Formats: sequence, C-alpha cells, structure tokens
Amino acid sequence: MKILVCISNVPDTTTRIKLSGDQNAIDLSSVQWIINPWDELALTRALELKEASGGSISSVSIIHVGNAGSDATLRKALAIGADDAIRVDAAPTDAYAVAHEIAEAIKDKNYDMILCGIESSDYNGSAMGGMLAEFLNMESVSSVSKLEIEGDELKLNREIAGGFEVVSATAPVVVIVQKGIALEPRIPSMRGIMMARKKPLEVVAATGAEALTEFVHYTPPQPKAACKMIDADNPAELVNLLHNEAKII
Amino acid sequence: MNFDYTEEQLMIKQAARDFARKLEADVIERDRTATYPTAHVKEMAELGFLGMMIDPKYGGGGMDSLSYTLAIEEISKIDSSVAVIMSVHNSLVSYGLEKYGTEEQRQKYLPRMATGEHIGAFLLSEPEAGSDATSQKTLAEDKGDHYVLNGTKNWITSADHSSVYIVIAQTHPEKKHHGINALIVDRHSPGITLGAHEDKMGMRSSDTHSVMFTDVKVPKENRLGEDGFGFAFAMKALEAGRIGIAAQATGIAAGAYERALQYSRERKAFGRLISEHQAIAFKLAEMYLKIENARNLVHKAAWLKDTNKPYSLAGSMAKLYAADIAMEVTTEAVQIHGGYGYVKEYHVERLMREAKLTQIYEGTSEIQKIVISRSLLKHK
Ligand SMILES: Cc1cc2nc3c(=O)[nH]c(=O)nc-3n(C[C@H](O)[C@H](O)[C@H](O)COP(=O)(O)OP(=O)(O)OC[C@H]3O[C@@H](n4cnc5c(N)ncnc54)[C@H](O)[C@@H]3O)c2cc1C
Ligand SMILES: Cc1cc2nc3c(=O)[nH]c(=O)nc-3n(C[C@H](O)[C@H](O)[C@H](O)COP(=O)(O)OP(=O)(O)OC[C@H]3O[C@@H](n4cnc5c(N)ncnc54)[C@H](O)[C@@H]3O)c2cc1C
Repeated sequence: MKILVCISNVPDTTTRIKLSGDQNAIDLSSVQWIINPWDELALTRALELKEASGGSISSVSIIHVGNAGSDATLRKALAIGADDAIRVDAAPTDAYAVAHEIAEAIKDKNYDMILCGIESSDYNGSAMGGMLAEFLNMESVSSVSKLEIEGDELKLNREIAGGFEVVSATAPVVVIVQKGIALEPRIPSMRGIMMARKKPLEVVAATGAEALTEFVHYTPPQPKAACKMIDADNPAELVNLLHNEAKII
Repeated sequence: MNFDYTEEQLMIKQAARDFARKLEADVIERDRTATYPTAHVKEMAELGFLGMMIDPKYGGGGMDSLSYTLAIEEISKIDSSVAVIMSVHNSLVSYGLEKYGTEEQRQKYLPRMATGEHIGAFLLSEPEAGSDATSQKTLAEDKGDHYVLNGTKNWITSADHSSVYIVIAQTHPEKKHHGINALIVDRHSPGITLGAHEDKMGMRSSDTHSVMFTDVKVPKENRLGEDGFGFAFAMKALEAGRIGIAAQATGIAAGAYERALQYSRERKAFGRLISEHQAIAFKLAEMYLKIENARNLVHKAAWLKDTNKPYSLAGSMAKLYAADIAMEVTTEAVQIHGGYGYVKEYHVERLMREAKLTQIYEGTSEIQKIVISRSLLKHK
C-alpha cells in the first residue's frame, strides 16, 4: 500500500495577522510558516501505520501545491519521516485549483490512500479533500478522527453530533482527517533532520488550473478587551462600571 | 560573512523548542522536589539530542556546534536542568571520547552514547581542587595492566544517572599536572560510592553528588591519550564545553526576557500597560541587546570550532559574558514581574537561580577572565 499525505503550508498559529492596506490580502512579510496542524497529525498517523504494517505499507509520500518558499516546510515533513515529496510549482489560489493540480500530478502514481486535513488553518476552506476525491474518481470519507487498517479494510471513526460512527472502506480512498487522528505531532529527530536532506523533493510544473473563487475583502475581528476582575463583595462597583464605563445599562 | 541559519539549523532549533515545551508541564514541580527528569531524558535520547554532534558512523547526528548551541539555548529557555545533563553528556564526555579516544574506545562507547543508552559524567572537581584543577588529589596508581583509583570527586553532574564516567586523576604526583591521566570508568565498578544528592539553589532537577573511589580497578586500555595527557584533555574538553554553557546562559536570559516581555504587555499599573512606562520599556531594550550580544559571541565561538580554528578565547568570552548577562537579565525579569516575579508560578525566580550556576561551573567568571587576559598578554 502507498499512502499520500496532502500538506498545506500555513502561518504559525500564534502569528498576529495583519491585513494589507486595501484589506483584500494578508500581509505575509513576517510570517513563520508551518505544516498545517491537521496535515501534521495526518502524516504522524500515516507513519504510525507504516511502522506497524510489517512492510505492507511501502511508502508515505507528501504532496504540496505552492512555490519554493514552502520547501522548508516540506523538508520538515521529510524530517518527521515522509519518504519523498512532490511540490507542484504554483501559487495555491483556491481549493479547486489545488485539488486539480494534485489530481493531475498524481494520476499515474496509484496511491492507495490519500490523507488530507479537514481544513487549512489559514483559509479554513474545508473543500480540498472532497474535490480531490471527485477529480480522481475515488471514494472519500470526511471528519475522520480514528484510522485503523484491518487486512484489506480500513476502519474509520467519523465524528458526528453527539458521538461517532464507524465506517469501513477499501482502498483506493481519500480520507479527510481531523483532531484525534494522532495523539500529538511528532518532533523530527536529529537523525530525521539529517536524512531529510537526502530524500527526494520533486518539483513538477503546474498545469495552470484556474481558481474559481476570489477573495474580495477581509475584516479582522475586534481586538479582545482586557478582563477586569471585580471583588465578589463589591456589586456596587460592578453596577458602576457597567453603567459608566461599558455603558450597557 | 553570513548570519543566516541553514534550513537544517532552523529545524533543529524548532525541534528543540517543541521538545522544551513539554518540559514546562512539570519543571516547577521537579525543581521543588529535586526530581531527576527520567522520562524527559529518555525522549531527549529518542530525538537524538544526546548524540547530535557524534559522527554518523557511530550512530550520531553529525551536526555542527552551532546547531548544538541552538538546541541548548532553546531547552535552557525552559529548563536548564535538562540542558546541563545534555551539555555534560555531549560537549564534555562524548566530544572528549570522540576527539581523543582510540578507535576501539570510540567503537565501544560512542554508539551507545549517541542513543543515550549510556549517559556520561565528567569528574574533574574535587573538594579542594575546583578552579585550581592542577592540584588533583585523586590517585590513579599504575599497576601494570591496570590503574587503581582512590579519592573523592565533588559536584558531579549526573553522577547517579550516568553509566560512563571520565575521571581525571593523578598518576605521577612528582610531575604535577603533567602526571595527570583521564580514565574511562564504568560507573558501576566495585569500590564506587556516591555522597548524598546535593541540595542546590538551582538546576535542582539535575543530580549532583560527590563520588568516592576506593581501590577501583580500571583497565589500562581505558586511558584517554598518552600517559600524562589527562590535564590537557580536561582543559580541551572544558574549552568545548564552555560554548555549551554559554549557550545555556544565553537561553536562560532569553527565556526570562520572553516571559518579561509578555508580562509587560499584560500587566497594567497607573492606567497603562507597564510596557508603556519607559522605565520598563528601556529595561526590555537593554535585556534584548545583551542577549543578542551573548548569542553573537556564542555563535562566533561555535563557528570557529566548526571551521577548525582556535576557539578557546572566543569560548571563554562567550561563557563569561553570557553568564554575567544571564544573571543581570533574569534579575530584571524578576523586577518587571514585581511581586509575581518572586513566586515560583511565574518561572523567572527559578531562571534567576539557574543563571547563577553558569557563573560558577566549567570555569568561574574569574577564571574566564584569567583565560582571556592571558591570551591577550601572551601576544606582544
Ligand atoms: C486570493 C488567494 C490567495 C491565496 N494566497 C495564498 C498563498 O499565497 N499561499 C498559500 O499558502 N495559500 C494561499 N491561499 C490559500 C490557498 O488557496 C488554500 O490554502 C488552499 O488552496 C486550500 O484551500 P482551503 O483553505 O479550502 O483548504 P482546505 O480545504 O481547508 O484544506 C484541507 C486540506 O487540503 C490540503 N491542502 C490544502 N492546501 C493545500 C496545498 N496548497 N497543497 C497541498 N494540499 C493542500 C491539506 O491536506 C489541508 O488540510 C490563497 C487563496 C486565495 C483565494
Ligand atoms: C551544580 C554544580 C555542578 C557541577 N558539575 C560538575 C561536574 O559535572 N564535573 C566537575 O568536574 N565539576 C562540576 N562542578 C564544579 C565546578 O566546576 C566548580 O565548583 C568550579 O570550578 C569552582 O570550583 P570551587 O567550587 O572549588 O571554587 P573555588 O575554586 O574554591 O573558587 C572560589 C572562588 O574563588 C575564585 N577564584 C579561585 N581561583 C581564583 C584565581 N586564581 N583568581 C581569582 N579568583 C579565583 C573563584 O572564581 C570563586 O569565586 C559543578 C559545580 C556545581 C555547583
């Protein structure tokens, strides 16, 4: 079995997001890039499955649509343990274009299982995995929080309201994963970091798939106000503040 | 000249940072109870931090000293007890063995030091020989095919949790420091007993003991280098080790600074964030500048070592400066925290206690000034 994990390159989750002057783009100048957290967990689970498979899973590959600025993120995924990487050389403009590019790049590679994250932590589109399955004419299962392989069958837990459902599937399949799929992301070992340099990172030309969506405008959330603690024995102070400072009563 | 980290160095720094985040959960409790970080050392071993500079042919990561200082700095921002275990193991014991050991000695020890199965300890200091390491009282009597060790070592980091000791001892007292040898000793050899765990001011989660040797037999083939090379060996190992301690001190300072910076953006006094009071903002500016200076000295020393140039002077300057500013910066970090800085929950009081040790071990600040001034004065 060959596994492919789709990797999105996203700003570190602690980044303070700034918008460009005209508010229709994000200022990326001082952003630290990381592997999308869901994708990092997906990769971790893929590696756990490979290690436990006794050789029946032959490889865990990664793919990314993006420009050369993403290579450091891909090297980190290789250091964590992926065997090889493909980067489709195009700026990712929307989920449709990304899914199209990935489908074109891998159509002859016969991956048995493709893992995607449930959403990218930057644009939160939640769209790529489903679209990719359609392009490849593969089954897909979404919201997967547990993934086991039993013989030829995949056992998947899907989160649903109030609990989860257990689904079985057979390869080839696209599995869209969320929190819980692996306990915590792996920290690359020194040996892994050393090996990453020697692993293949293939850059393939894009087919020029077009985006179907366009961002018009962003609005940043209101900054969080500081929390004021008021002594429990001092309700008069609370009333005073609500009246005179917050002006809501 | 190039101040950019390589992609690999950045990855190592990030990996160390991610590992260090896990130390934070129990660092205060381990400090309070002086508990050895067994599980963390195991994970540090699995991640390869214990063999990161060892040649890949012995199972190590083959990384340079600069990468090593980045890892030590990140870990020291959170927990210097773990960092000192790593530092003694890597830059004194593994480095010494790899650089000065015979091929047989390397084959025998390095693969298991690289995986962390063996942890190393370095036994130089004695109750009456600290700064003056030439006056070694521990004896290694030459008995033909073996040595017999008798004496006491003091302040030994990882004395209880290590398995490989490098012991510095006198064989030919009449030759003074030219008679000293460095021996690889199995910690579990008959005749070795440990004193009580020292009740320390800081780095309380690392174990520090005195070690007594009573007629401990050590095979001749365990000697490092020629007969009488031991003192030179110890000085060479400490030269390398100092870069690691300088990185540790930089990390302690940077960890305290990061906490103070964050706190100053949250705490209000007189209707403003304390960071908006210039007295506090200026403290932050000075702290940041000192840390940046210390880091540059550390990087320069590591770069000299990595490019096979003499680094003794640079290493001593880095150690002296970084240790002194670690003390200053942590003291200011406590000040910025006000009363909250004086309680354990906010970490900065612990970082201040940890900083103090960096001015003492692997050559006190006074000894570094001797090394630096001698190096200046020997040239006309
Ligand atoms: C105008 C515009 C400009 C943009 N500029 C950039 C930019 O400069 N840099 C940038 O990184 N993003 C940029 N994006 C966002 C980018 O299009 C999305 O991150 C990506 O296309 C996926 O969309 P999504 O948020 O719907 O992903 P989701 O559907 O939320 O992602 C789900 C999963 O799909 C996979 N995935 C997502 N993106 C990729 C990818 N690129 N390669 C491989 N797998 C992927 C991952 O497994 C991820 O967990 C831009 C988007 C727009 C519209
Ligand atoms: C927690 C801890 C862990 C340690 N770990 C190890 C270890 O793993 N292995 C090991 O071998 N040692 C270890 N040490 C020992 C450490 O290296 C020594 O404590 C240090 O070298 C100082 O020696 P001393 O304590 O004997 O002080 P002394 O040498 O007695 O110094 C006392 C004071 O006199 C000053 N002084 C001494 N000589 C001069 C001089 N010529 N000019 C000016 N001032 C001078 C010193 O700077 C100091 O201020 C450790 C110590 C501690 C506290």
